[in-house]
Amino acid sequence: MSLYLTALFVLLASALAALASGRGRAANLLGPFGCILGCLLGILAAVSALFSPAPPVLRLPWSVPYGAISLNIDPLSALFLLPAFILGAAAALYGRGYLSGLAGKRHLGAHWFFFCLMVLGMSLTVCAANAVFFLVSWEIMSLAPFFLICLHHEEDRVRSAARTYLFAAHLGTAFLMAFFLILGHLAGSMEFSAMAAVAPAGLGPFVPALFFLALAGFGVKAGIVPLHVWLPEAHPAAPSHVSAFMSGALIKAGVYGVLRSLTFLGPLAPWIGQTLLALGILTGILGLLAGLGQGELKRFLAFSSIENMGIIFLALGLGVLSCATGHPGAALLAFSGLLLHVVNHALLKGLLFFGAGSVLHAVGHGYMERLGGLSKRMPFTAAACVLAGAAISGLPPGNAFFGELLIYVGGGLAAMDMPLTDAVWAWSGVAGLAFIGGLSVIGFTRAMGIVFSGEPRSADAAKAHDPAPSMRAAMWLLGMLALGAALAAPFLFTAMLPAARLLLAGQSPALPVLPKVAVNPETLLTAAVCIAFGAAALALALAFVRNRLLSGRSVRSHGTWDCGYIKPAPRMQYTASSYAEPMTVLFRRLLGEKRRFTPPDGLFPATGASRFASKTPDRVMDGLFVPLFAAVGAACDAVKRFQHGNLNLYILYLLATLVILLAAALGFAA
Amino acid sequence: MTARALSVLVPLLAAPLAFGVIHRIKARFAGRQGKPLTQIYRDIRKCLGKGATISRTTTWLFRAGPTINLAVTLTALLFVPLGGLPAAVSFPGDIFVFAYLLAMGRFFTIMAALDTGSSFEGMGASREAVYSCLAEPMLFLALLALARHSGDLSLAGMLSAVSAGSWLTGAPILALVTVALFLILLAENCRVPFDDPTTHLELTMIHEVMVLDHGGPDLGFIEYARTLKLWIFAAIATSLLLPAASGSLAFDALWGVAGIFAAAAAVGVTESVMARLRLTRVPPLLAAAGAFAALALILVEG
Repeated sequence: MSLYLTALFVLLASALAALASGRGRAANLLGPFGCILGCLLGILAAVSALFSPAPPVLRLPWSVPYGAISLNIDPLSALFLLPAFILGAAAALYGRGYLSGLAGKRHLGAHWFFFCLMVLGMSLTVCAANAVFFLVSWEIMSLAPFFLICLHHEEDRVRSAARTYLFAAHLGTAFLMAFFLILGHLAGSMEFSAMAAVAPAGLGPFVPALFFLALAGFGVKAGIVPLHVWLPEAHPAAPSHVSAFMSGALIKAGVYGVLRSLTFLGPLAPWIGQTLLALGILTGILGLLAGLGQGELKRFLAFSSIENMGIIFLALGLGVLSCATGHPGAALLAFSGLLLHVVNHALLKGLLFFGAGSVLHAVGHGYMERLGGLSKRMPFTAAACVLAGAAISGLPPGNAFFGELLIYVGGGLAAMDMPLTDAVWAWSGVAGLAFIGGLSVIGFTRAMGIVFSGEPRSADAAKAHDPAPSMRAAMWLLGMLALGAALAAPFLFTAMLPAARLLLAGQSPALPVLPKVAVNPETLLTAAVCIAFGAAALALALAFVRNRLLSGRSVRSHGTWDCGYIKPAPRMQYTASSYAEPMTVLFRRLLGEKRRFTPPDGLFPATGASRFASKTPDRVMDGLFVPLFAAVGAACDAVKRFQHGNLNLYILYLLATLVILLAAALGFAA
Repeated sequence: MTARALSVLVPLLAAPLAFGVIHRIKARFAGRQGKPLTQIYRDIRKCLGKGATISRTTTWLFRAGPTINLAVTLTALLFVPLGGLPAAVSFPGDIFVFAYLLAMGRFFTIMAALDTGSSFEGMGASREAVYSCLAEPMLFLALLALARHSGDLSLAGMLSAVSAGSWLTGAPILALVTVALFLILLAENCRVPFDDPTTHLELTMIHEVMVLDHGGPDLGFIEYARTLKLWIFAAIATSLLLPAASGSLAFDALWGVAGIFAAAAAVGVTESVMARLRLTRVPPLLAAAGAFAALALILVEG
């Protein structure tokens, strides 16, 4: 606990130091390095808490009513501390290089202040064990990113994205307040331990309401469909190290919240598992389908994060359903796969956002249709992004594969053993996960192939270059960690077992310590690691054979074969939207893609006379939230009619109120 | 041990022969003599003996594509049993590793195609990505039906659990799964009606157009991996139809090889009697494969 508290104090101190050191270089030195130091200490604290037999706890009185500074780093908390601190350190390292050109032009002191505060807020949130304290930490964590997104506040889209984020974050918190108030009232205390003890007898008919409140409140942060609308706005608008932290770590706080609140609600009914499973499939598929319509790299990555949240909720639903129907073995696999995926996604998505940031830094924008050929100009970034893209699509030997493998096998076991009515859900989970995986392959081959391969489609793409060494170092760090997570997958599983057991205990309290599983997860992971890395070694050996075969023979260089066409130009390359076209056409009804096409006219059409544009709007945003908030706005306008600044009328209100109160009082008296 | 080695070694040597069978059947249907059964061996050898011409636009991704694809296809082969012979490697849950290894090969084949900057190859890559994305859930549904039927979550285990007796009790399930698997075989191997490997127009190709720019040893790798992939899917689809494990190594191996040649012959017949479907008709056909698999799943007793 003392290590953890030291980490928090270092973060707080570096936040204040950065703020005090002004706008320029000093802040860009103190802020990031303080943050890195704090995060490194935090990683040590999280790892030691993960392996300590009893969770470190701290409880201090607090003057806030019902509040207490109550911290409990149980295995689940420690697990979610890891992405926060790892990405906090990596993003600070990367961000220092990213912002170095802005020293003096922007207030970097304030930026690093809020950055450290965001990391601090998240690390408090996942360890808080008192509802009031939790909500305060949650607000720190939610408010700090608003100021970070606003770095380039002179741009319209940045301001609008920051506003959307603020709205979403606050609405989410409103649901959470209701959730904790009801739960706290039923439990008679705002302490998490009391809340966990009241279930299930004390909750009675409140369980569905509490479940949906928690789902709405935490789901906004996690970005599940249809509450995802802030993600694709905020991530492209924020500077890339901030998007990396938000996408890799911050949205996981939403996952943590759902997991924690499910442990409060006790053994859950099958329908809750089914709801979560369906939401997960929907989020995964819709997230990526919408992502296929996006032309901006970071916006696509934001949709990919939504998709990965879908995978996590799918696994959660599968686990809850398996528990509820008496298949704890399958549930153990699903829960541990979920936790592995949380960590794996954090590493990969951080790396991908750093890569996208490097593209943005070098080219000035991330519009895929105007990029291309970057792998010759920035080979390091290209290799990192392509490999991370393959890994995040769940392909072996990437680290995300091993988490998904556990979820798959959990789903497979459930599909084999459950009675038909429940097994249908498990099948849908497995088929849905496969479809999400396939969509992810389309999405990432599209993004990486169009951005990094081929020839540059514009002049600014042609002059791109790899980023500064410190930014490359941050990418190396996450890449190596991802490789390590893949190689050490069986070991990671063992490390996560206590947290998975905690989730399991919340659902099946009567269970022995560990359920019997038909498939031993450790053996499974070990075999999968051997096979996957064996395939990689085989590929290296074959590459050696190939080069031996070619050595001494003529290897000529020539233009790409374009079927006899004489003068191919970069503009004639396949584009990102045409690459996704078969899928966007197949799901056009769902996506609502809009096209504008002016066909060429006559035998010799004039230059520029023919045009084609397509746009995939966010249907949830345009169809649900825009009308909803417009209606709320109209209602507020109607109320405004009573408040028009006319003093005489205000006095009349006072008088009328007095008369009514008087009449009421007299009436009661009589 | 010998049996496990055989189920890897036989395909390594005999996989190209199955392609020869397809060619021969198609030639006979067209009234031609057809090229020798072993022609594809000579083609691969010729490719491996050549130099290469590589596009200036490309990077390491282009050169890595065929190599990675061959490596993962060879690795995936380890999970596939041959007739009555057991697979070299088998553990519960290996179906997911198997399918994702093949997906890995596809990812890098697509990236290699996009690396050339050619719009034709981009077009092929796009179609390949979409069809395989639709085929993958169908494959999993079909394999889950088998898993539920046999109570085994390993590829070799669920296939070897099918015996002549299980056709008596579970004929509808096995028939539905077989049809689904055969459709997936055609889709995954880019055969008619999903893709026409012999079309002469780049615009209408899927797999062939993705490898337009490859030559020399790279093309040899691609061709060899393609024959292995056909073998893998044919072995899975036919081991349901020819369930036998006599105990005699030679007989089981020959029985398995005969099944694969029969599947190749079926592919040849399919290609001879029907044309390629219009591209927009492909997703419904894949959905039909999924529907067969789902129906089989529902029919399996829990």
